[in-house]
Amino acid sequence: MSTRLKSGGRRIDRSRPVTFSFDGARLRGYRGDTLASALLANDRMLVGRSFKYHRPRGIVASGSEEPNALVGLEEGDLFEPNQRATTTELYDGLTARSQNRWPSLSMDFGAVTSRLSRVLPAGFYYKTFLRPRSFWKHVYEPLIRRSAGLGYAPNPEARDPDRYEHFYLHVDVLIVGGGIAGIQSALAAGRAGARVLLIEQSAHWGGRSPADHSGGKQSVNNIPVDKYVDECLAELGTMPHVQCRTRTMGAGVYDHGYVLAYERVGDHLPGEGALRHRLWKIRTGRIITATGAIERPIAFPGNDLPGVMLASAARDYLIDFGVSMGKHPLVLANNDSAYETAFLLQDQGVDVAAIVDARTGDAGGVAQEAVERGLRVIRGGGVSSVKGRRRVEGVTICDQRGAGTALEEISCDAIAMSGGWSPAVHLWSHSGGKLTWDARQFCFRPDVDNSARGADGAPYVIAAGAASGEMTLAAAVKDGHAAGLRAAAELGYNGAAQSEPVATRVEEAAIEPVWIMPSQAPVTLREKAFLDFQNDVKVSDVELAAREGFESVEHAKRYTTLGMATDQGKLSNINGIAILSDALGRPIPQTGTTTFRPPYTPISFGSIAGSQTGPRFLPIRRTPIQDWHEEQGAYFEPVGHWRRPYCYPRGDESHSDAVAREILQTRNHVGLLDASTLGKIVVKGPDAGRLLDMLYTGRMSTLKPGRCRYGLMCSENGFLMDDGVVARLDEETFLCHTTTGGADHIHAHMEDWLQTEWWDWKVYTANLTEQFAQIAVVGPKSREVLERLGGMNLGRDALPFMGWCEGMLAGISARIFRISFSGELSYEIAVAADQGIELWEKFLAAGQDFGISPYGTEALHVMRAEKGFIMIGDETDGTVIPQDLGLDWAIAKGKDDYIGKRAQMRSHMIDPDRWKLVGLETVDGSVLPEGAYAVASGKTSIGQRATQGRVTSSYHSPTLGRGIAMGLVLRGPERMGDELEFPGTDGQVYKARLVSPVFYNPEGTKQDA
Amino acid sequence: MLILNCPYCGESADETELAPGGEAHLRREGPESQDEAFESYLFHRSNPKGVHFERWRHAFGCGKWFIAARCTATLEVFGTYAAQTSCPPQEIVDKISERRPDRRGASGS
Repeated sequence: MSTRLKSGGRRIDRSRPVTFSFDGARLRGYRGDTLASALLANDRMLVGRSFKYHRPRGIVASGSEEPNALVGLEEGDLFEPNQRATTTELYDGLTARSQNRWPSLSMDFGAVTSRLSRVLPAGFYYKTFLRPRSFWKHVYEPLIRRSAGLGYAPNPEARDPDRYEHFYLHVDVLIVGGGIAGIQSALAAGRAGARVLLIEQSAHWGGRSPADHSGGKQSVNNIPVDKYVDECLAELGTMPHVQCRTRTMGAGVYDHGYVLAYERVGDHLPGEGALRHRLWKIRTGRIITATGAIERPIAFPGNDLPGVMLASAARDYLIDFGVSMGKHPLVLANNDSAYETAFLLQDQGVDVAAIVDARTGDAGGVAQEAVERGLRVIRGGGVSSVKGRRRVEGVTICDQRGAGTALEEISCDAIAMSGGWSPAVHLWSHSGGKLTWDARQFCFRPDVDNSARGADGAPYVIAAGAASGEMTLAAAVKDGHAAGLRAAAELGYNGAAQSEPVATRVEEAAIEPVWIMPSQAPVTLREKAFLDFQNDVKVSDVELAAREGFESVEHAKRYTTLGMATDQGKLSNINGIAILSDALGRPIPQTGTTTFRPPYTPISFGSIAGSQTGPRFLPIRRTPIQDWHEEQGAYFEPVGHWRRPYCYPRGDESHSDAVAREILQTRNHVGLLDASTLGKIVVKGPDAGRLLDMLYTGRMSTLKPGRCRYGLMCSENGFLMDDGVVARLDEETFLCHTTTGGADHIHAHMEDWLQTEWWDWKVYTANLTEQFAQIAVVGPKSREVLERLGGMNLGRDALPFMGWCEGMLAGISARIFRISFSGELSYEIAVAADQGIELWEKFLAAGQDFGISPYGTEALHVMRAEKGFIMIGDETDGTVIPQDLGLDWAIAKGKDDYIGKRAQMRSHMIDPDRWKLVGLETVDGSVLPEGAYAVASGKTSIGQRATQGRVTSSYHSPTLGRGIAMGLVLRGPERMGDELEFPGTDGQVYKARLVSPVFYNPEGTKQDA
Repeated sequence: MLILNCPYCGESADETELAPGGEAHLRREGPESQDEAFESYLFHRSNPKGVHFERWRHAFGCGKWFIAARCTATLEVFGTYAAQTSCPPQEIVDKISERRPDRRGASGS
């Protein structure tokens, strides 16, 4: 059983007990514990169930590589699934629940799948659920959905109450990893004068050094290593250009020195109102990845039982938390480092059952020391089975070189295993750093000559210490120092005068690789030896994948799900690659690794969102008259980033009644529209007319100052992208109106052509959309309303249709355009934005006796459709050219060129069979469903009913008292009077006749009044 | 995430400040062009692994278009220059020849 020892534990404060709950049980730990160490202190060795077979699982690791100990933390709004117990700092009142079990952790019905493991091999989803087809929907899918997933998604109604933020920083050197190598790098670079940020994912500095390297008894510059770490941090603290942060994980390295780091600011301080997480967005000149190494498990039969733990994790729990993994633990290894675990346990009075060392070569100094300590060492041994159902009770020892024949049984309650060490090369690899196979240490390590490169072509990622394969203390310190100096020097900081730190040198005996234990294990043992604990991938699964032809490591990974769990294969990948290579009979470096992708460990959604939530998620653009609309209780609709009034309901009036009222008021008397959102782009210069002749299909250069012209803008591939009225302000200046949603991209489109194609033309453009408020005064009484305000002559001759003038209207400097999007007598008045609301209220007062009232976007839409005017986005969808819409009149005949002209000459564009714009009038006066298709006889090549047109706009017209619509129909204009059938999604078939799209005042007398 | 120097305002701009505009130094084909030439202008783009010339706009900065010469494989940037040119300036061509001596024809087209 795992237990808290009477003494020891440099991280915990035994004077400050902490209470927490796990699966409802009240347990005690100490301040400084992690959830994992506190669970082990309470002999909670079983902490979760695996994903596929629901096998009982215990804590394997002590850091972010932990695959098993995932819990649901807290409740309600604070609930979070899949939190690693090993990186969760304990706090008073913490509530955790185990996952993937029902009804309880010790009694799990899902565990029955474990008995079926023989029929659930790798790829069983692909093989099993193919036939019969009908089973997929009704049997397989519901079954899989019920059993799939790890943990539970939070309640969708829950709202995260915590705060998050983003942080931006530029530094010279970013060092990821606060172990001995990273600290040494920071010191070297900092002393040289470089701006340094040193980050460490855990809450403590020093990394593994105080627990490894002779159990922390080695020294640097003759100072014990833990003291040395403290001294270095103290010196770094005196450097104003160096920042050091714990609880900050290097999440991802991206192009050109861009790094994301994830700081867990307040996870350990719940309820104190602290910021929860911070996402750092860092640009760095050089990045030093001093991310350490991760110990590998050994694939032996029964290696997934609770009580089997990495030897390094066992050391951590002992030294940091005073927790022993068991009362009679066994150590299983193929290298020297695990001996330290046995020694440290023995030093604390724990009875070590034996050290089983799979190696047969020369025993080194540690083996000698073990013998001197009176520990039993079994050389060349292996484990062929583990006794116990929910925790380790004993092992069977075999010859590592054999097939698993039992030599003896040893009683033990825990196993500390070490299969060697793999450098944490994730960050090195994220941005393209290459790896090389180290045939001495049996691991992939950074290929230092093939680093990711920056904008200048120089390598900018430098690996240091164990992350670079420098595993001993002496080598790591030396390497860290060199990395810091190099990074600083490459950025122009000279730190050469520093002396190199010297650490204790200890000779180690060579590691001997153990990819499967015992090496000749038959299938019955291989299918009990786990590689990926979280996803239940066994040695036999990877071998099956190899036999079935999944030779690429990327394919084998996806087929078996090896390394695809939340730990992303931190423990399993190298072992899996070795097994795959062995099965395919090729060397490991030829198999290679899977791709390392950010983030290194999962980061919270909250940190990604930062402070951009709620009203800050998408800032809303507001017109100068927005407050007034809100006060009136307008019903808004989103248009681009604006919110425009759709209609202004009165009392409990329905939206459709409000729209009808607004239309009739405008058509019969006068209405007001806030048109401020319309794009307003000024194009100015001697070549302004020339530019507009290229941008618009029509000819703008011949427009007279004081006049307006409707224009169409196409993309180079001929399709209509925007429309609007262009006013010529003077000889050199045009004002181009765009659609509400188009202002920004049309301005960008103009600048693109101006800057990159016709850069020698003398023209400037400026987007003045927000500089002006624009109000449309519309209806037969509009002129009278304007005249009542006084100051300008707006008579029919003074300001004719499609003219504009400027002057003082009611004392406000105004530009008045006599243009109409409704077919009525209509003016659009532009004034400085800050005078918009004043003018708006003056119009309301002046038109009171006409019942003047505002109208919204829906009334605008209906009125333009009654008049047969197209709307970008309704009649166009990126595949429609002006000729389809009967707008040939707006295309200048004699113009040599305009953007889109050549494309409109392509064979498909001049095909007479294109769908063209017509009006649609239902036979019974009802409203056609928008988007409905007109069916034709026969079927298409894929067996669907043939179509010959579709509805692009459809409304009830209060003016005409019937439904009106526009649509694009095959040869439509040639077929006026034909009746078409439009089946609706409601099952009804609507009949409509092809008519002219102009339903209202086709002679145009009203707008010209 | 790339950093490119805007040759107009001199800022070293983050990719989030920039809008991409595709391959640079295309020659516009107008109404007189043949079908094949126009099709190529409208649709055909090179996608090299190696040296590439791209249009970028400093959209959330000075608003100007410029051209970046960079390696699509290593992301090395050989230089950026104003968009008002139909071929890369000599110093960029020289830099590319120096950094990629095996590459033939260091022009934009």
